[in-house]
Amino acid sequence: MARNREGLVLLLDVGPAMHSVLPDVEKACSLLLQKKLIYNKYDEVGIVVFGTEETANELATEIGGYEHVKVLRNIRVVDEVVAEHVKHLPRGTVAGDFLDALIVGMDMLIKIYSGGQKGKKRMCLITNAACPTKDPFEGTKDDQVSTIAMKMAAEGIKMESIVMRSSLSGDAHEKVIEENDHLLNLFSSNAIAKTVYVESPLSLLGSLKTRRVAPVTLFRGDLEINPTMKIKVWVYKKVAEERLPTLKMYSDKAPPTDKFAKHEVKIDYDYKLTAESTQVIAPEERVKGFRYGPQVIPISPDEIETLKFKTDKGMKLLGFTEASNILRHYYMKDVNIVVPDPSKEKSVLAVSAIAREMKQTNKVAIVRCVWRNGQGNVVVGVLTPNVSERDDTPDSFYFNVLPFAEDVREFPFPSFNKLPSSWKPDEQQQAVADNFVKMLDLAPSPKEEVLNPDLTPNPVLQRFYEYLELKSNSTDAVLPPMDETFKRIMEQDPELSSNNKSIMDAFCGSFDVKKNPKLKKASKRLLRDKPSGSDDEDNRMITYDAKENKIDIVGDANPIQDFEAMISRRDNQDWTNKAITQMKTQILKLVENCTDEGDKALECLLALRKGCVLEQEPKQFNEFLNHLFKLCQERKSSHFLKHFTSKKITLIPKSEAADSDVVDENVGDFTVKQEPML
Amino acid sequence: MELDPDDVFRDEDEDPENDFFQEKEASKEFVVYLIDASPKMFSSTCPSEEEDKQESHFHIAVSCIAQSLKAHIINRSNDEIAICFFNTREKKNLQDLNGVYVFNVPERECIDRPTARLIKEFDLIEESFDKEIGSQTGIVSDSRENSLYSALWIAQALLRKGSSKTADKRMFLFTNEDDPFGNMRISVKEDMTRTTLQRAKDAQDLGISIELLPLSQPDKQFNINLFYKDLIGLNSDELTEFMPSVGQKLEDMKDQLKKRVLAKRIAKRITFMICDGLSIELNGYALLRPAIPGSITWLDSTTNLPVKVEKSYICTDTGAIMQDPIKRIQPYKNQNVMFTVEELSQVKRITTGHLRLLGFKPLSCLKDYYNLKPSTFLYPSDKEVIGSTRAFIALHRSMLQLQRFAVAFYGGTTPPRLVALVAQDEIESDGGQVEPPGMNMIYLPYANDIRDVEELHSKPGVAAPRPSDDQLKKASALMRRLELKDFSVCQFANPALQRHYAILQAIALDENELRETRDETLPDEEGMNRPAVVKAIEQFKQSIYGDDADEESDSGAKDKSRKRKAGNADDGKYDYIELAKTGKLKDLTVVELKTYLTANNLPVSGKKEVLINRILTHIG
Repeated sequence: MARNREGLVLLLDVGPAMHSVLPDVEKACSLLLQKKLIYNKYDEVGIVVFGTEETANELATEIGGYEHVKVLRNIRVVDEVVAEHVKHLPRGTVAGDFLDALIVGMDMLIKIYSGGQKGKKRMCLITNAACPTKDPFEGTKDDQVSTIAMKMAAEGIKMESIVMRSSLSGDAHEKVIEENDHLLNLFSSNAIAKTVYVESPLSLLGSLKTRRVAPVTLFRGDLEINPTMKIKVWVYKKVAEERLPTLKMYSDKAPPTDKFAKHEVKIDYDYKLTAESTQVIAPEERVKGFRYGPQVIPISPDEIETLKFKTDKGMKLLGFTEASNILRHYYMKDVNIVVPDPSKEKSVLAVSAIAREMKQTNKVAIVRCVWRNGQGNVVVGVLTPNVSERDDTPDSFYFNVLPFAEDVREFPFPSFNKLPSSWKPDEQQQAVADNFVKMLDLAPSPKEEVLNPDLTPNPVLQRFYEYLELKSNSTDAVLPPMDETFKRIMEQDPELSSNNKSIMDAFCGSFDVKKNPKLKKASKRLLRDKPSGSDDEDNRMITYDAKENKIDIVGDANPIQDFEAMISRRDNQDWTNKAITQMKTQILKLVENCTDEGDKALECLLALRKGCVLEQEPKQFNEFLNHLFKLCQERKSSHFLKHFTSKKITLIPKSEAADSDVVDENVGDFTVKQEPML
Repeated sequence: MELDPDDVFRDEDEDPENDFFQEKEASKEFVVYLIDASPKMFSSTCPSEEEDKQESHFHIAVSCIAQSLKAHIINRSNDEIAICFFNTREKKNLQDLNGVYVFNVPERECIDRPTARLIKEFDLIEESFDKEIGSQTGIVSDSRENSLYSALWIAQALLRKGSSKTADKRMFLFTNEDDPFGNMRISVKEDMTRTTLQRAKDAQDLGISIELLPLSQPDKQFNINLFYKDLIGLNSDELTEFMPSVGQKLEDMKDQLKKRVLAKRIAKRITFMICDGLSIELNGYALLRPAIPGSITWLDSTTNLPVKVEKSYICTDTGAIMQDPIKRIQPYKNQNVMFTVEELSQVKRITTGHLRLLGFKPLSCLKDYYNLKPSTFLYPSDKEVIGSTRAFIALHRSMLQLQRFAVAFYGGTTPPRLVALVAQDEIESDGGQVEPPGMNMIYLPYANDIRDVEELHSKPGVAAPRPSDDQLKKASALMRRLELKDFSVCQFANPALQRHYAILQAIALDENELRETRDETLPDEEGMNRPAVVKAIEQFKQSIYGDDADEESDSGAKDKSRKRKAGNADDGKYDYIELAKTGKLKDLTVVELKTYLTANNLPVSGKKEVLINRILTHIG
């Protein structure tokens, strides 16, 4: 087995107590194998189930014992068959002994990989660890487990145990469970083994690391306290987003008869002076340009090379500060981990001393980092302590990138205290909210945290691989609906809510919300149709004035007052336009229905004129006036037109608003010119 | 990847997906900086950062604006700005009014986008000011001259440009004169006050906002009540909060200006489903996003004209050009499984895009490694759903008081993510709001995204070395010595970005020299070399590494450390004075030199020559 391959044995408890979660175990394992087929297709996998009626393993035939442990598949390179295999696990009939299974698994690994084969050896045990284990022939169980664990450590076998603890019933098992937990714990302290306890099918899916990524340091070097004191450290990624596999583009252009067709697609970039031009510019005839204000500045590669910001690789300490100075939301990127160089004991000590003291005094360190020599950029980040709970694990730091001054966009937002009281909760509402926050508790105790990110799988990845599997069997498979298990991260826990129904209802009752009735349907639709982030109005703060109720529509009842209030709103430039448009509509409505309403229309028109002068919007008014005049002529609304002239409504001239096209002398033209036509 | 090669600012794994918070080009801002240039601005000073130096108010105002311009051209280069001095000897303005000078450079309108040249020449304004523009009080009682009035008028005229619908228009007024008409006869004063206020009001009526940046004397605070309160239209509540502390520093001023300049924000509407039947409306704001130097435009090297880039997909088998959308394949189980683009997007589409509350957890559950990308700030809105703000504030208060954060599922990103909503109380300082009140949405990783690195370094059954009490004590002393006073996040400018823009400026203006950019991110050498600090580091080092070596060697290379040990034992024996006289110091190793320096409480930083020189100076 090559250095970077893994030999894995899955040890799956299929006893009666596990039946309810076996579908999820099948899902988790098949995802694991699917990903191996894509990313690590030379890895080798064996499958052992225990709690079965039958017994089928080499140890049983060789030395006897090891009953109810069945090897479903010997360790072999992953293939499509095995992925299919784990989807139909047998349902066992007896309570399984996980120690027996472990020994069988270990035996398989040792038999295959003995003789100094490099590579990684791993066992993964999924069980509820609620069934008693058999006593060994000699010594205590503790001795036996320690021996196995030491053997595992010596062989370099890692172990991962996932213990399902949701469907436990009755206290009768308590002793057994306690003992089993103790035994699993013994493994952890004597071998590279860890145990994860999961409560829900969702966590079960998340607890199995389905993608094996070879750890790579992104930095090895000095953490420099000052030039004389340097600590040797390695930096890895602690968090990195796992994405969908990059899917290749496929070309179907080749004729089906062409057996050697690669079906690949190449991306070509052509650089041309204009879109029409056929002449392509050669790479050496191009130069990079960067925007600087209105200009695009060309910079030759030589200039970039000689002038660019140069850095030396290294981590330099800038100092320590109170943890409270670094608010959580300043973390800018995915997280790194800084571990001491494992071969330098003193560095391990130095990191440990600083990390423990930081934790003790609630301090964090600020560091400046350049990960690679000559890297063009620098990051400033914060080191927070990661004090290990395990004795055999060195302490380390988490590293988070902090923003630079240029990265921050500081906008003031209104203080909550200064909002009008109608926008704030009263005492009783606050009490209801307090209750609500207390009740909807996802971590009643540290052991019982649900939706722990460490154990929560990515629903989209799950769905993609599920779909991939279906499609591989049938090309036109339809996308399956979202897996029920994932409801738990997309919706509130129905059990939690129904247990606290009264508090939920009280919360809903106390905080009555309603759609803003003043928002016109049309505009609402408009808002929704626009792509997010492009709604101009919304981009600005809604400022408000506690003293007055803002008008945002020109109504039928008091159009003039509404219009004046609206046009004078300064919280948004759009109001002016809205007010003018709505006023125009009102006037047209009044004119059209006119019998004796002419006076009102006229008043409105005067108000509109005044407003347009004030807001320097002469064109809007002048155009409207012309339009209105024509309209009245067509409809023969002479009554209105008479008022029109008597009140001497004129166009807005240049002297009143600079943007106007109408010269002062011509303001009367409008009426004068039109009059003879009456 | 020919399109953006060695783009230093983009990490290999940067999310290529569209950021919803991309800024739009359409919304612009028009800004006029009005700077009082009266003699009083030059004679009044403030203590500067360097202890014994005083800075004039004029200098403070000008350097604030210079800085703001440099930020502007990077972040918001579509905005248009004008710089206008009043109380000047010379005049330069379209209206030909006395005492007002509109500063500008060639190839630029009076109000226009900032250019490299403007920035450069404005940087030098203080040197040329006296000769070119000159300072002179422009409010003269007898002649009825009123430079403040003129300045407002001219600024308003400048801001005529552009439609008020798509642009924000603002004036920033820098002055240290709180009572501009104080020395006038009563009748003239009243008249001038009235007309000036009217002028300001007219401007405001046109949708122009006026922002005052007052400068206080060290001994006398700027009294806003005398005049300016009416000019900028403050009511009594806002008054007390408006004035920053006396003896205001440059930094505060810069802060203030920066905050006021950025009035616009980019928002995303979010529906927050608290429980069945109760959804409120929130706006999400991108308050923290990495600034990058903008995209590369390819130019023709002979003409410097932009080049069009055409991307085409070519079938390698036939050479035919492929049309979008192209099918995708995933090799799996000895076959190519094919997906259409539509199918792939359906796989990703699993929710409606809302933010769904799932529950609450204590803040201690939010581990330091639960982070993927910059957070999003949430603030409630009653615009569409009345009552949103009230429910939000209630939850906000409860969460703060109970020290809990909310866990929610957010469908607005690809892939949808679990998020932590952390309530943030408002934090204010002299310079204004430091942290706005609201909630910060932190994107949580999934189990698949978290790596078990610690496990790699565990040695089963072998206890990792842990520090002794003494070592902890020394670490604690070290941390106290290296405490960063007044540390605030984002106090550093990005040196690479600053350098990038300095290069652009130098090339744009054909300058021979590059504008000096300081790398603020380097450790404070002076502070690090203070004897007490050096001593604390030395003691910590001693407690960890012991006497033998200053740097640890591999466990395999024990010989090396033994050699060092031997060298160190000899240290005391050197006659440094003798060696110095005979010029043999250079034969010693750096470690040996440092032993002397440490023993004599001298700094130990620098190269070997520096160390030797330091010893020579010390010996004399």
